[in-house]
Amino acid sequence: MYDEKKMMGLKEELGLYNGRVEKSLARFPERKEVFYSGSKEEVNRLYTPLDLEDQDFGESIGFPGSYPYTRGVQPNMYRGRLWTMRMYAGFATAEESNQRYKFLVEQGSSGLSVAFDLPTQIGYDSDHDLSEGEVGKVGVAIDSLMDMEVLFDGIPLDKVSTSMTINAPAAVLLAMYIAVAEKQGISAEKLRGTIQNDILKEYIARGTYIFPTEPSMRLITDIFAYCSEHVPQWNTISISGYHIREAGSTAAQEVGFTLADGIAYVEAALEAGLLIDDFAPRLSFFFNAHNDLLEEVAKYRAARRLWARIMKERFDAKDPKSMMMKFHTQTAGSTLTAQQSENNIVRVTIQTLAAVLGGTQSLHTNSKDEALALPTEESVRTALRTQQIVAHESGVTNTVDPLAGSYYIEAKTNEIEEEAMEYIRRIDDLGGAAKAIDDGFIQREIMDAAYSYQKDVENEEAIVVGVNKYQVEESTPQNLLRVDPIVGENQKEKLRLLRSARDQEAVDQALAHLKTVAQEDENVMPALLVAVKTYATLGEITDVLREVFGEYKQAVII
Amino acid sequence: MNYKEVTWKNKRQIGRMISIVENAAPGHEKIFEQLYDKTGHAYVIGITGPPGAGKSSLTDTLAKAYISQEKKVGIIAVDPTSPFTGGSILGDRIRMNELSTDPRVFIRSMGTRGQLGGLSAGTASAVQVLDAVGADVIIIETVGVGQSEVEIIKHADSILMVMVPGLGDDIQAMKAGIMEIGDVFVINKSDLPGANKTKIEVEAMLSFMSKKGWVPPVLLASATRQEGIGEVVEALENHRLYQEKEGLLFERRKRNVNELLMEVLQDRLFRKIKKLEEYPQVLEDLTAKKIDPYTAAKRLFEQI
Amino acid sequence: MEKPIRVLVGKPGLDGHDRGAKVIARALRDAGMEVIYTGLRQTAEQIVHAAIQEDVDCVAVSILSGAHNTLLPKINELLIKEGGEDILFVAGGVIPEADIPFLKEHGVKAIFTPGTPTTVSIRFIEEHVKR
Repeated sequence: MYDEKKMMGLKEELGLYNGRVEKSLARFPERKEVFYSGSKEEVNRLYTPLDLEDQDFGESIGFPGSYPYTRGVQPNMYRGRLWTMRMYAGFATAEESNQRYKFLVEQGSSGLSVAFDLPTQIGYDSDHDLSEGEVGKVGVAIDSLMDMEVLFDGIPLDKVSTSMTINAPAAVLLAMYIAVAEKQGISAEKLRGTIQNDILKEYIARGTYIFPTEPSMRLITDIFAYCSEHVPQWNTISISGYHIREAGSTAAQEVGFTLADGIAYVEAALEAGLLIDDFAPRLSFFFNAHNDLLEEVAKYRAARRLWARIMKERFDAKDPKSMMMKFHTQTAGSTLTAQQSENNIVRVTIQTLAAVLGGTQSLHTNSKDEALALPTEESVRTALRTQQIVAHESGVTNTVDPLAGSYYIEAKTNEIEEEAMEYIRRIDDLGGAAKAIDDGFIQREIMDAAYSYQKDVENEEAIVVGVNKYQVEESTPQNLLRVDPIVGENQKEKLRLLRSARDQEAVDQALAHLKTVAQEDENVMPALLVAVKTYATLGEITDVLREVFGEYKQAVII
Repeated sequence: MNYKEVTWKNKRQIGRMISIVENAAPGHEKIFEQLYDKTGHAYVIGITGPPGAGKSSLTDTLAKAYISQEKKVGIIAVDPTSPFTGGSILGDRIRMNELSTDPRVFIRSMGTRGQLGGLSAGTASAVQVLDAVGADVIIIETVGVGQSEVEIIKHADSILMVMVPGLGDDIQAMKAGIMEIGDVFVINKSDLPGANKTKIEVEAMLSFMSKKGWVPPVLLASATRQEGIGEVVEALENHRLYQEKEGLLFERRKRNVNELLMEVLQDRLFRKIKKLEEYPQVLEDLTAKKIDPYTAAKRLFEQI
Repeated sequence: MEKPIRVLVGKPGLDGHDRGAKVIARALRDAGMEVIYTGLRQTAEQIVHAAIQEDVDCVAVSILSGAHNTLLPKINELLIKEGGEDILFVAGGVIPEADIPFLKEHGVKAIFTPGTPTTVSIRFIEEHVKR
C-alpha cells in the first residue's frame, strides 16, 4: 500500500521509537504486561503503515457500495438514510401487541417487530405441560391462526414490513402470516418482512430448536424455494451471530461461526436446486455490538469483506446484491449488569457507536434494566434516545466509514477476517456447520472462550465496572415490569373454545396430508398453509412434524 | 434401617443405598449382608464403544424397548472423573430425559473416581443394589474404550460394543484387548455412509479372533431413527440363552463375583496393613533403601 | 478418599440460554464436585426425579425465562414430596430482587443473580450441603 523506500525509513524510525519507549518503561512501567482486546486478542502499543504493508487499498478496502464492501453496502451510507431503529418488544397477548402496532403505524412507523413467547418458539401450545409459567412471558403467545388474526387486525399487511423472531417453527408462522394477508385480500407477493429462521445458531447458542439438523435444514430450503416463487420480497433468513456472541464467543468466532452457518444455508439451497443469485440477495445477517468499540467496528468490516469474497469466489455469485452483507445489530445483553444498572446506558452508547461506525442497516438498543427483568417503557425510551443522539448529535453519521485508514482498525479488520476464515476452514474439514454442531466443535470453542472470560472477571484480569470494581451498596430496584399470570389461563381458555368450534374433520385431514408431505420430498409450505387455515394449532402441526422428523437431542458440551 | 424392605418404588432409598455402597460409607457392609441373597435375578448388559458412537442414545432406546416388555430397567452411566480436581461432569442423562420420570426406570450417573480398590467397585456395588431391589435388566454404559471402561464393563452378563461408520482407524487401534470383550456388535448411525463397510470390517476382525462357540453378531442400527433396535434386543437375548444353555452364565458370574471378592479382600487387606503399628517404619525403611519391597511385604504380613 | 459433593445442574423452563448453567457446571467440576448436568427444557418432575435417583447433595437450577415464580416453588414442593427435603436447593439467573423473598419462602436457599462470581456459589454450596 505504501512506497518501499518510505517503508524502509519507517522501519528505522519505529525501531528508534521502540528504543525510547523501552528506556522509559524501566522507570514508568505500563499498567499491564500485555494489553488485551475485549475478545482477549493481544493489542500492540502502536500500529503504523508497517502493519498494513501487504495491503492493497482497492482490493481490500476500496469504496463503499463496491466490492468487497469493507466500507459499507451503500455508497453514501447514513448521509442518505439513517439506519432503521428497530426495537424488538414482547407483549403478552395478541390483543396488546395489536394495540401497540396500531399505535406505531399511526405514528408513521412501517417496521413492526414481533417477539414470540417461548412455547410458540418451540412449537408448544399454551396448554402444553412445558408451557406452564412461560405463556406470554418473553413475547406474544400464538397458538393458532386465530391469534395471528388478532395480532394483525386492522393493520394493512401490504403497508408494513414485519420482522418475526422465529426459528424452528418459522415455516408455520410464515404460513399463518400469509393466511392473514389472504383474508385481508392481500396477495403474498406484496408481503415484506423477515423471519429469523436460523436454526443452526439455535443448536449452537439460543436453544429453541425442535427437530434434528437435517430435517430442519430441509424446512429452511422449503421456505427459500416457496418464497422465491410466491413471496419474493420476503427476507427468508437472518443469519445470526448475536446469540453466538451472547453465549460467550469472541468477535472472530462470532464472524467465523455465523458465516459458516451462512455457507451451510447457501449450500443447502444450491443442493435443493435454487440458483445462487435467486436467493442470496434475500439473505440477511444479525450481529452483536459489544463494548470494545474498535474491535467491534473492525468485526463488522471484516464480516462484510469476508462474506463478499465467499459469495464471489466460493459460490460464483454474479449479482452484486448477493455479495452485499446487510445486517441488523443488537447491543450486547450479556454486558449489562444488574449492579448499578444506570451504567448500562453508557455501555449501550458505546455499543451503539460501534454498530453505527461499523455500518449497520438496523439497530436494536437494549434497555438498562434488562439484567433485572423485562424492560419498562421508560427504559426502552432511553435506549431508543441513545440511537437518536448518536444519529443526530454525535456527528459520526456525516461521513462514510470514518474509521477507515486507521492503522489499528485496518490491521484489526485483517486479523479478524483471517481468524474467522481459519474457523471456516476447520468447519469445512469437519464436513460443514451442521456436522460441526453435531460433533460439538462449535459449542466447545464458545464454551472455552466463555469460561476463560468468567475466570478473567473473577481474577480481576477483566474489569467490569460495578461488578468486580467500584462496587457500591445498592437498594432494591423498583418499577420492574411484570407479566400478569392470568395471560396463561386466558390463552388456555381460548384454545379450548377454538378446539370445540373448528371443523375437526378438516383439521385431521390437513394434518394427515401434512404428514404425507413431510415424509416425502415435497415442499411443506403449501400443506402448512392448508393446515393453518383449518385452525390446526401450532402445537398440533409441530407434533406431526416431530413424529416424522424426530426431535433434536442436545449434545453435552461443557 | 432394614434394607430388605426397600422395593423398586422407594427411589429415594435406592438412591441413598447406591451412594452408601459407592462410597463404601458406614452401612455398606450391612446393605450387602441383607441384600446379597436377593441378587442374581437381573440380566446385566454392558454398553461401550468409542466417544461419539451414540451409546447414550442407544441405551435410551434399548431401555424403552425393555420397558415395553414390562421390565424394570436400571441404568448406570459412567463418565470419567478429572484426575486433577476429582470432579466430573456426568451428562448422559441428557439423552435419557424421557425416561427420567418413568417409574419403571432408575438412572444413576457415576464418575470413575479412580479410588484404590478397583475402578469397578462402585459400579459393581450399584449393580448389586439395583438387582436386589427388583431390576430385571441393568444397563451399564461407559464412555470410551480405555482400560478403566473394560474394568467396569466386564461385570456385565453380555457386552454390547457400539461403533459408528467411518471409524476404520479406530477399529484398528481398538482391537488389542477391547474387541475381544464384545458379545454383540452394533454399528450405530447406520444411515451414515459407510455403515456396511464398517460392518464388514468388524466382521473380518472378529473372524480372526474366533471365539469358541458364540460368534458375535454385527448388527446395523440407528438409535435416533429407532431402526434395528428389535434386532439388538433379540441378539442380546440369544446371547443370554446361549450362555444359559452352555452353563456359561454361571461361569461368567463366578468370574465376576471372584473379581468383586478380590477387590473386597484387597481393600480390607490394605486397610488392615496400613493400620499396623509397624507400617510407617517399614515404609520409612523401604524409602531409605534399608529393605527391599519383598522383605517389606514379608515383615508386614507376619504382623497380620 | 473423601466423597465428592454431587450437584444437579439443570435448566427448568423453556429458555435456551445455558451459558450460565454451563459455566457454573464447569466451575463446580473444577472445584472437585460431581455435576449431573441435565440440560435444557427440564420439567420440575424431571429435575426432582433425577435429583432423587442421583442422590445429589444440591439441586442448582438456572432460569432466565421469567417463569421462576411458577417453576421453582414447584420443584421445592416435589422435592419435599419425594423425600428430598434435605437436598440443598439453589437457583441462578435473571431473577428480580423483589421476587427473592417469595422464592426463599418456597425453599430456594440462595439465588445467584448475574455477576455473582462462581467462587461465591461454590462456597455457598460447600458450606450448606448436608454431608
